[in-house]
Amino acid sequence: MNASTQSHSFDLSTAKVRDLNAALHALKEGSNASLWRVSNPRGLHALAAGLDAPVTVEIDGPVGYYCAGMNKQATVIVRGNAGVGIGENMMSGRIEVEGDASQAAGATAHGGLLFIRGQAGARCGISMKGVDIVVGGSVGHMSAFMAQAGTLTVLGDAGEALGDSIYEARLYVRGSVKSLGADCVEKEMRDEHKAQVFEKLKAAGLEGQVDPSEFKRYGSARTLYHFHVDNASAY
Amino acid sequence: MNEHVKGPSAPRTLPRESATFDAYTLSEIRRAAATGIYDIRGAGAKRKLPHFDDLLFLGASMSRYPLEGYREKCGTGVVLGDRFAKKPIELKIPITIAGMSFGSLSGPAKEALGRGASAMGTSTTTGDGGMTPEERGHSTKLVYQYLPSRYGMNPDDLRKADAIEVVVGQGAKPGGGGMLLGQKISPRVAKMRTLPEGIDQRSACRHPDWTGPDDLEIKIEELREITDWEKPIYVKVGAARPYYDTALAVKSGADVVVVDGMQGGTAATQEVFIENVGIPTLAAVHQAVKALQDLGMHRKVQLIVSGGIRNGADVAKALALGADAVAIGTAALVALGDNDPRWDAEYEALGTKAGAYDDWHEGRDPAGITTQDPELMKRLDPEIAGRRLANYLSVMTLEAQTIARACGKSHVHNLEPEDLVALTIEAAAMANVPLAGTNWIPGKTGF
Repeated sequence: MNASTQSHSFDLSTAKVRDLNAALHALKEGSNASLWRVSNPRGLHALAAGLDAPVTVEIDGPVGYYCAGMNKQATVIVRGNAGVGIGENMMSGRIEVEGDASQAAGATAHGGLLFIRGQAGARCGISMKGVDIVVGGSVGHMSAFMAQAGTLTVLGDAGEALGDSIYEARLYVRGSVKSLGADCVEKEMRDEHKAQVFEKLKAAGLEGQVDPSEFKRYGSARTLYHFHVDNASAY
Repeated sequence: MNEHVKGPSAPRTLPRESATFDAYTLSEIRRAAATGIYDIRGAGAKRKLPHFDDLLFLGASMSRYPLEGYREKCGTGVVLGDRFAKKPIELKIPITIAGMSFGSLSGPAKEALGRGASAMGTSTTTGDGGMTPEERGHSTKLVYQYLPSRYGMNPDDLRKADAIEVVVGQGAKPGGGGMLLGQKISPRVAKMRTLPEGIDQRSACRHPDWTGPDDLEIKIEELREITDWEKPIYVKVGAARPYYDTALAVKSGADVVVVDGMQGGTAATQEVFIENVGIPTLAAVHQAVKALQDLGMHRKVQLIVSGGIRNGADVAKALALGADAVAIGTAALVALGDNDPRWDAEYEALGTKAGAYDDWHEGRDPAGITTQDPELMKRLDPEIAGRRLANYLSVMTLEAQTIARACGKSHVHNLEPEDLVALTIEAAAMANVPLAGTNWIPGKTGF
């Protein structure tokens, strides 16, 4: 934070979600670097959703569904657990969850970084379209289902059917994978991939803590890209 | 005796084709046996279904006074989304253009829809594939679809939209996702959808981050928060269980419910799905209206009905049953020039004919509408096609007004079920109006 940083406090035990989001939406491109501290989030939904300014929002406690949904530019830090769809469809910026995240974290997200320090539930990175997701713990079943683009880096394990019907997204998992979904295969971990894992770990602030060569890479076998009768059992 | 029954001139029965195994069915079996994969096509259900044709208006008589056709006003305006949205949509006519994607349709076709609809003061709807600048530019009122695939979904376009339509399902395939085959995944379409070029693209059938009405309520809250509660939010369902789906959409916080019957079109779906899943539009309207009435929300949450709407009579009948507006898709494409007999030679070269062409997914549309082929696309002049659509919308509106005036209504919304009778017992039961010449509503009143 520099000297020009303005700090604002928002207590959700007295103020409404609408008031918080309206105030954050009113920020324009120039009103950068302001810091917003939000207390008593109590699992409320759609907190800091739809931001489009380079601000930092620190939420002190657990958030409900769709926190920081469709985020652009902003940094949103959740000091607690996150409900369903944290950072869904985010375009850019940074979202950090200090606890665990529920289902569909980073669903359909196009860009930016979503970093979950704890565990992530089922369908993490479902239909992701370019976002980088880093999970400190494990991810649940059907993660990266129909993932189109971007990276999912998992320091722990992955549940059943990882990367089912995946397109061009890259999945890096350090621990075990319970099973791979249709058309998802393990791929060679070359130097360029280790460099990519390092870059993502660095973005999350984890560089030096984990060795990129411990990860395995998974991606699309590209056998389901065209409908074919001989693939019928996979559909 | 019996010599005359022997030999080649002996009487025989005629060759008898099976009603069960008719010629089309046999061709389906042969096609399946040859290819090993189901048939995929565009458009909606083609089988004969109970429809608005099975209803008639009673008109004015001793107890009801008609309005003068060329003198007395008959309003057609509709306000959509005034339940929660700060900026509801005001349409001049009760006919909107249903969602059709850029990708399934060419850029010029989307532009033509925008031009035609805007000229008549009504809205168009995006589709599974995002919002193009052409469409936004040419549509004064644009509904942005929020689909399971979320292809091209982004908050900037969300804020540019005039309304948001959360698509749960569509009439051609309630419970089905979408597909766009490789021939139509041009570089631009691929980029908008973040997909490799030329692949057969699947669209999910379920939303990735919500399941069921309790989640949907939170999802709608998020969309409202992102857009500062300005935009009307529609929920679109394929007609399957319209009573419960409408009630649950209202419970989830929808401003507008869109119910699409099985005649509603698709860009590409399995034939077996189109013809065998979902219920006809006629059967869905009363159920949806009943749900709104039971909740005390009729006219507070607006109902848009689609699927097989073709003319002003269909519009008037849907409104009389309680809908606030209708949406057209297939009919709008025909107005632009789809399936026009002028291209008959080319339709025949594709193994079909004008009026029957439904391989919209193959991208070889001679009319240049359901294609991404640059040469075919040139065949559609968006200004001329837009004008044709405006003409067609104008005729439908005049027709609906003609019927409304005959029933003595100063606004098309004043049409009511009491203005209708049914020609068949099935239609009477589905639409909840009496069989013509009786006071019998099957399942309701005595004969």
